[in-house]
Amino acid sequence: MSLYYLTAHELHDLLLKKEISAVEVNEAVFDRIESVEDSVKAYLTLTRDQAMKTAQEVDDMIGAGRPVPPLAGIPIAIKDNICTEGVRTTAASKIIYNFIPPYDATVVKKLAGQHIAMTGKTNLDEFAMGSSTENSGFFATHNPWDRECVPGGSSGGSAAAVAAGESVCAIGSDTGGSIRQPAAFCGVVGIKPTYGAVSRYGLIAFASSLDQIGPFTRDVTDCALMLNAICGHDPLDSTSSPYEVPDFRRCLVNDVKGLKIGVPREYMSEGIDADVRQIIEKAMSLLELNGARIEETSLPHLGFSLPVYYLIAPAEASSNLARYDGVRYGFRSAGAQDVVDMFMKTRSQGFGAEVKRRIMLGTYVLSAGYYDAYYLKALKVRTLIKEDFNNAFEKFDILLSPTTPSPAFRFGEKTGDPLKMYLSDVFTIAVNLAGIPGLSVPCGFVNGLPVGLQLMGRPFSEGKLLQAAYTFEQCTDHHRKHPEL
Amino acid sequence: MTQYETVIGLEVHLELKTDSKIFCSSSTSFGGKPNTHVCPVCLGLPGVLPVVNKKVVEDAILVALALNCRIAEFSKFDRKNYYYPDMPKNYQISQYDLPIALNGYLEIELDGELKKIGITRLHMEEDTGKLVHQGTITTTPFSLVDYNRAGVPLLEIVSEPDLRSPEEARIYLEKLKSIIQYTGVSDCRMEEGSLRCDANVSVRQLGKEEFGTKTEIKNMNSFRSLQKALTYEVSRQIEVLGEGGRIVQETRTWDEGQGITLPIRSKEEAHDYRYFPEPDLVPMIIEREWVESVRKRLPELPDARRERYVRDYGLPVYDAGVLTSTKEMADYFEACLNAYSSPKTVSNWIMGDLSRLLNSNNLEINECPVSPVNLASLFKILDEGTISGKIAKVVFEEMFATGKDAGTIVKEKGLVQISDEESLTAIVEEVIAGNPKSVSDYRSGKDKALGFLVGQVMKATKGKANPELVNKLFKEKILN
Amino acid sequence: MIKKSDVEHVALLARLELTDNEKEIYTRQLNDILGHFESLQELETTNVEPMAHVLSLFNVFREDKVDRHLPSENVLANCPDRDEDCFRVPKIV
Repeated sequence: MSLYYLTAHELHDLLLKKEISAVEVNEAVFDRIESVEDSVKAYLTLTRDQAMKTAQEVDDMIGAGRPVPPLAGIPIAIKDNICTEGVRTTAASKIIYNFIPPYDATVVKKLAGQHIAMTGKTNLDEFAMGSSTENSGFFATHNPWDRECVPGGSSGGSAAAVAAGESVCAIGSDTGGSIRQPAAFCGVVGIKPTYGAVSRYGLIAFASSLDQIGPFTRDVTDCALMLNAICGHDPLDSTSSPYEVPDFRRCLVNDVKGLKIGVPREYMSEGIDADVRQIIEKAMSLLELNGARIEETSLPHLGFSLPVYYLIAPAEASSNLARYDGVRYGFRSAGAQDVVDMFMKTRSQGFGAEVKRRIMLGTYVLSAGYYDAYYLKALKVRTLIKEDFNNAFEKFDILLSPTTPSPAFRFGEKTGDPLKMYLSDVFTIAVNLAGIPGLSVPCGFVNGLPVGLQLMGRPFSEGKLLQAAYTFEQCTDHHRKHPEL
Repeated sequence: MTQYETVIGLEVHLELKTDSKIFCSSSTSFGGKPNTHVCPVCLGLPGVLPVVNKKVVEDAILVALALNCRIAEFSKFDRKNYYYPDMPKNYQISQYDLPIALNGYLEIELDGELKKIGITRLHMEEDTGKLVHQGTITTTPFSLVDYNRAGVPLLEIVSEPDLRSPEEARIYLEKLKSIIQYTGVSDCRMEEGSLRCDANVSVRQLGKEEFGTKTEIKNMNSFRSLQKALTYEVSRQIEVLGEGGRIVQETRTWDEGQGITLPIRSKEEAHDYRYFPEPDLVPMIIEREWVESVRKRLPELPDARRERYVRDYGLPVYDAGVLTSTKEMADYFEACLNAYSSPKTVSNWIMGDLSRLLNSNNLEINECPVSPVNLASLFKILDEGTISGKIAKVVFEEMFATGKDAGTIVKEKGLVQISDEESLTAIVEEVIAGNPKSVSDYRSGKDKALGFLVGQVMKATKGKANPELVNKLFKEKILN
Repeated sequence: MIKKSDVEHVALLARLELTDNEKEIYTRQLNDILGHFESLQELETTNVEPMAHVLSLFNVFREDKVDRHLPSENVLANCPDRDEDCFRVPKIV
């Protein structure tokens, strides 16, 4: 087995046994990047020198007999909408193509405290707006399982990097499914933690009330390690929850006996691929076989989550993206007559089509005369959706669904029609609206393309999701398969 | 001719003098090299988040209490969206439909009558940066932006349209300033921009219920320009209506040089701020215990203090009003009283010589070179007869100029009053010998002549002679 | 129904300069998207509280303390146009 396809916990064991060095691990990963990056295009920026320097430091620590944290020296990629001090951070947008943050995001600080080796910054849909990474302002990322297919989005670069062995773990962000959907498309584990579990400080905002940072890993154990590293209260984020973070490794228990799992019928009926349905039903039987009690349930307002999401998210985005005006950083259009002209030209030339579309939509729904009919209405229905989940969680520990109705689609398949693209998020966005955790774990393949199983829980029940996913993983081998590149 | 009634409401912005900004830990201090009091948050860099400064909320509650407002039980922040290069995020974090306080009032005095002016609301928001133009805003080829002020906490205080004249508006603003200065949360310097005021002005035919179309007047940087601008605007509106015209609802700026208001041209864009709840900040639940604990910080306010001065010190209402118009002045007065317990004397001096010298030197009372204790010591020396009242004024000027205490100055300058009968008798006799005409005038009943004779003694002693003693000696020598 | 003039107004509010072609595309697409969302209007929500925050967190404050400022060289490092210590922008009007 190649070093670059080992998991973080496997590598950590080998590092402690001194069978390998952190420098060797990172060299292996950067060699892998060299050989496959041209066909995957996961990265916008590589930080090899920085990674090798950290790797050497970790080797020195181990050599000196000092204890090292579980992720020390592990090559980890960061989505390029998360600020890294001194390392270009673009959100895959031309409007800040040259922005070098003077500060680190809180998650980046936390990971640096673990001595991770940051491999680089990964591609995404511009400002995380998209479901295929085709909206990147620079180039598209390819699905390592089929280069003709998209890796999903918006965290497509992070998912593809982990799947292709171009990093061991990665950080992404999820506003409507941007971690879980690409995790499903690329056959890796991805979790969107509870809103407020991970600090958003330093995450370039798309929709502030929905955005959350989370990890991509090759197995559930690594997912627990990553959550241990990034969760926790941050005084710099007012919406970060002051809760006690458990040691998620304790949740890696192979046991789902008596676990009550609900399967909302709305998820299993609407436009779901027959092959995907079969795989999900197989996963359900497997969990049942292990003692879980599975029952059908209902989330009556689930069907409204798409409109609610596509009203709230663009509204917040239209305001969050107002700061990109060419005054303080990033791109500025030359030759403007006056400052308004400069704003208009800079923003028109700097933003891509999807971003402009959402700014237009968001500005419209907030504008005088439409606020009540659209934005306020959406906030009210968001309450109803949240209540549906509350009701379901009175009866069930976990809700289960496919992460996406079908596997990865082909390039260009949905770019012509924004609505069609929006519909590909239909299974993931309700989790963001309700602020609950959602995890996607590989559960099979359709025509060589991975399929993801989505597990959803009560707020701050990440541990329970990890336990169920871990149990599922123990009796399957999907996570051990790798794409041919 | 149609009679019009003026209707004015004021929107006041107040910079709070907290140490750090409202949503980040950058300093609020005024001045400083451009763009040095900034951090990623107040620069609006991608990815940053605001966190509310608790002191700002408490200061807002304090001011709201001083203005008799109802403090909200539940309040939140909203985003006000508009583009301007001095705004780092192109939205301002403000409060929209659930401000921290509502429904207050303050009382102003008009011709001896009290009038209640309603306060609609009070809310918290962040200040913008500053634009520097080369030349004027219309001629400059480019502008420079300094974000030091961006994120400095502001309170916006909106009055009801209860003000019926430019003078009332000025008095209201002065009263508001006085109350806020008492609370100590702001410097309230209009010139430095820590107190800013916009006005909504309209006129209506006398007796009509319905308001006329209003204009919003900006850029009034002193109390004087406020009254002047409003006076101009009111007469402009009356003139327009008188000629059968219509008032256009618009924003106008006060041009101090020309003494007129001018419409501010804006892009053809209706103001649509697209307010929505700030998703990066959580709401506030303001427990009554919290309000009560803030109330304990509330000092005695100017109205209460004035009443106390009238009641306890027997001062005239006018004098008490002047003394309590600023907290510093009243504090000074009371510190003086602690060392010298004659309210009338202290009050007269503060309102007279002290205020005169402060004004002519352009100083605030808290910058006064004469400490209250020193002023009291001057009164004591005066009472003891060490110096005369006339000399006291000289000594006071010297105290003001040098900051030295009264005793030292009297000693250094040899200003001790001459009360020694023997030496004064000699001088008196000399004056009698040299001015036979005045002596005979006085003897024949012309009291005025005595004044002249005493004056001669004062001249000879450089004012140091004890005037009572000199009077007595003349009477003895001439009349006996 | 969103008209082209609405799109123009919104574009000005959002400070986006659109070509005629873009205006037409956005007019059509915004109509499509919002048309698809009409189903929301069927829901009865009179007595439903709007949810601005999914968290039940309140009163998150910081103490009034001054902390480190950004070093000057970092403040203007990303600035497209500057004049010594200031950001420079084209004339305002």
